[in-house]
Amino acid sequence: MAGDETRSRIAHLYRRAGFGARPEELDAAVAAGYEATVDKLVDLSVADGAWATMPAPTFTPPPVIAQPADEAARRAAQQAEQRANREEGRKLNQWWLDRMVLSTTPLRERLTLFWHDHFATSIQKVKEPELMYRQNEIFRTAGAGNFEALAQAVARDPAMLVWLDANENKKGKPNENFARELFELFILGIGNYTEADVQEGARAFTGWQYQRRTGAFSVLPAQHDSAAKTIFGQTGNFGGEDVVRMAVAQPASAPYITSKLWSGFARPAGASDPVVRQLAAGFAKDLDVGKLVRAILLHPEFVAPASRTGLVKQPIEYVVGTLRALNLRAAAAGNNLPQTLEGLGQQPFAPPSVGGWPQNYYWLTTSFALTRLRFASTVAARARLDGIASASVADRPAAVARLLSVDGWGPSTSAGLAKVANDPKALLTIALVAPEYVLA
Amino acid sequence: MPITRREFVLGGLGAGVAGAAGLVLARQPGGKTPGAPAAAPGAGAIPSAGGGSTKDGILVLLTLYGGNDGLNTLIPYEDGNYLGGRSALGYQPNEVLPLGDGLAFHPNLKGMKGLWDAKQLAIVRGVGYPNPNRSHFRSMDIWQSAVPDDQEITGWVGRWLDKTGDDPLRALSIGGSLPRIFGGDSAAGAAIPVGELTLPGGPTVHSAFAAASEPSAGASPLAARVAQSGKDLLTVDDAIAHLLAGQPANSDATAGSTSLEGTGGANSLTPQLDLVARLVKAGSPTRVYGVSLGGFDTHANEKATHAGLMADVDTAVTAFFKSLEGSPEGSRVVLVAYSEFGRRVAANGSGGTDHGTAAPMFVAGPRVKGGFYGDEPSLTNLDNGDLKFTTDFRSVYATLLEQLIGVEAKASLGKPFVAVPFL
Repeated sequence: MAGDETRSRIAHLYRRAGFGARPEELDAAVAAGYEATVDKLVDLSVADGAWATMPAPTFTPPPVIAQPADEAARRAAQQAEQRANREEGRKLNQWWLDRMVLSTTPLRERLTLFWHDHFATSIQKVKEPELMYRQNEIFRTAGAGNFEALAQAVARDPAMLVWLDANENKKGKPNENFARELFELFILGIGNYTEADVQEGARAFTGWQYQRRTGAFSVLPAQHDSAAKTIFGQTGNFGGEDVVRMAVAQPASAPYITSKLWSGFARPAGASDPVVRQLAAGFAKDLDVGKLVRAILLHPEFVAPASRTGLVKQPIEYVVGTLRALNLRAAAAGNNLPQTLEGLGQQPFAPPSVGGWPQNYYWLTTSFALTRLRFASTVAARARLDGIASASVADRPAAVARLLSVDGWGPSTSAGLAKVANDPKALLTIALVAPEYVLA
Repeated sequence: MPITRREFVLGGLGAGVAGAAGLVLARQPGGKTPGAPAAAPGAGAIPSAGGGSTKDGILVLLTLYGGNDGLNTLIPYEDGNYLGGRSALGYQPNEVLPLGDGLAFHPNLKGMKGLWDAKQLAIVRGVGYPNPNRSHFRSMDIWQSAVPDDQEITGWVGRWLDKTGDDPLRALSIGGSLPRIFGGDSAAGAAIPVGELTLPGGPTVHSAFAAASEPSAGASPLAARVAQSGKDLLTVDDAIAHLLAGQPANSDATAGSTSLEGTGGANSLTPQLDLVARLVKAGSPTRVYGVSLGGFDTHANEKATHAGLMADVDTAVTAFFKSLEGSPEGSRVVLVAYSEFGRRVAANGSGGTDHGTAAPMFVAGPRVKGGFYGDEPSLTNLDNGDLKFTTDFRSVYATLLEQLIGVEAKASLGKPFVAVPFL
């Protein structure tokens, strides 16, 4: 394999599994080779080098309001809590963005983002940043392990319980919200369960509660419907844990989860795609997500042209990858980074719905193009561009390509870059919105 | 994201703007217009102002994401089975706004009641489709593609765009993302934010951006679309800057907060409709606008949440038609509100309702023949606890395409549907 091709493949690998490679990182990886680089990226047993310098955010517990409190005092306490939540939410956002930017084990953060999209939960309804943080930690610590263990952890995660109305799901008055999305979005995919499975599944989760005061999960016996249910053709005295186990064991589950991971890392494909079916057969044996990700990254189709041109960077990947490449932290990207991500359509902790974020063409509207251009212009003004400025005007487009870990520029982008090559900031701005960089 | 089901294929668009007077949009040479129906003004032409043909209308599609509770919107308050299943969630007869036929509006729809009294509001009852799907995403895909039986990836407006040239201004969606409705095989509407549209940088940067956004031979479909979105942005930005130069924003219509619980619809409705009103009055050649509101997925503690949403819709829609009064272009506007499904007849015990099926659609505007259309579904003859639909939603679309846009509906809907005579 020619050196350029190895370099191109490893740059692709880093874009998909690690928010992009910095130039020196790419040089070292090319020397080590593709497979060794995959093994390095998927080794999440090592501690993250940035962890020590980035303490976890702290949260103040919700205030305890003495009963009975007068209306004015209650309202003041509520407003204080909302203010605290807004501020803590802002810090949590920046903390995660910085983790992604600085991480030395970026696949861990990339998988955390993947599962956040898969088990999409929004702070808009959950309200308390601490609960979003706890869920985020589940994805971080369990996201490369056994899928059933992950699904069981998420099913009893307080943020998820609040998000899909678990506290409202009671014996004799089942609420289908969680059971439906568990089957449709989290474990099986649409068409692989019946309406009756949803209704009976909801009964099995009755009594699953999040105690707001203690933050603890519990199953309230008085609220749990312990009568027999028939789910996926089996009848029994099932509880929620049984439902998760049974759903994960359905033949449709492994291909569905595999298709989601393949679609997130390689290119969009459904559960019946031949590559997905092949990978799912291996995944079904042990449900080991880390092994599946490694198999995806090593699959010949992962580096095939259809995959190389098959994904657009999600906005979080786009912003994080840009900050990594330019050695900026989240705060350095301007105080309006949260608004930027909102304008790009992807705020961390606030997916548009329980279905998560759509892919690819979804990100390519005129509106998002405008926000990309504004972001590019802002970070280009803040980044140190000595490496570009010191190159000759003719060499500058290539220097920007190297900085951004892009293979090279096509004719249209080259024509655009040539118009601004005398101005490094404008040059970087145009490069950051070029198709070659916007694609993942 | 559940794989590719919300994606649509968007190929090369080629659009250009001649900004003379800021109003005339000229098609670039080579722009294709096969099959553009003669009756459709389409891209490039300035449609004749109101008073003439009824087929030069402007459609505003209001998508209510999450599944709006139709039975607490258009309330069958005289049917004992209504309160029977919704003792706490339901409204008493003395609380509602009666419209006739034993039906009444939610108490917060006072402005909509005014449109009804003025005979400018049609209510199509029991709208749905066969074998209803209770997934938000699949059902919204069905409503936006208008193809229930298949995983159709283009939208019903997108397929009209495919046949009518290449101007991205023909269909504008307000907000960051572009709903499936507006995606065709080769054409797409543009998405524009509620706020500021100004591009950063000076003329040199803009000219470099324009050059980098030119189509490249051999570019992959996604790369081609990135370039096209840049090109469309320049087109739309230039055209809208000219259009809105003399149209100040309504100071009351400041950008609102994001929606409560997902399922789409990022901005609050008032600023979105304010932008639409300004573009309409400025004579934008746009034939279809998209606006949205989210938060309708009321599984728990529905009553207060839903009442707030009803007030939001009512305030925004009322202000919208008020701001269009006296404008000849405004007289061409028809606003249509829909959601992916209604909700169960009976409350669920959490003070909310689970996903249901058929629900009313609302069609408002000066040209609309106000009144009820379609049959009110029975509250007792149910399909597994859910209403049975009485009017296919594609009949409503067919009416809009033929009577408002002025094109043959079959081309977009695949087969003929009986029109609903509200236009």
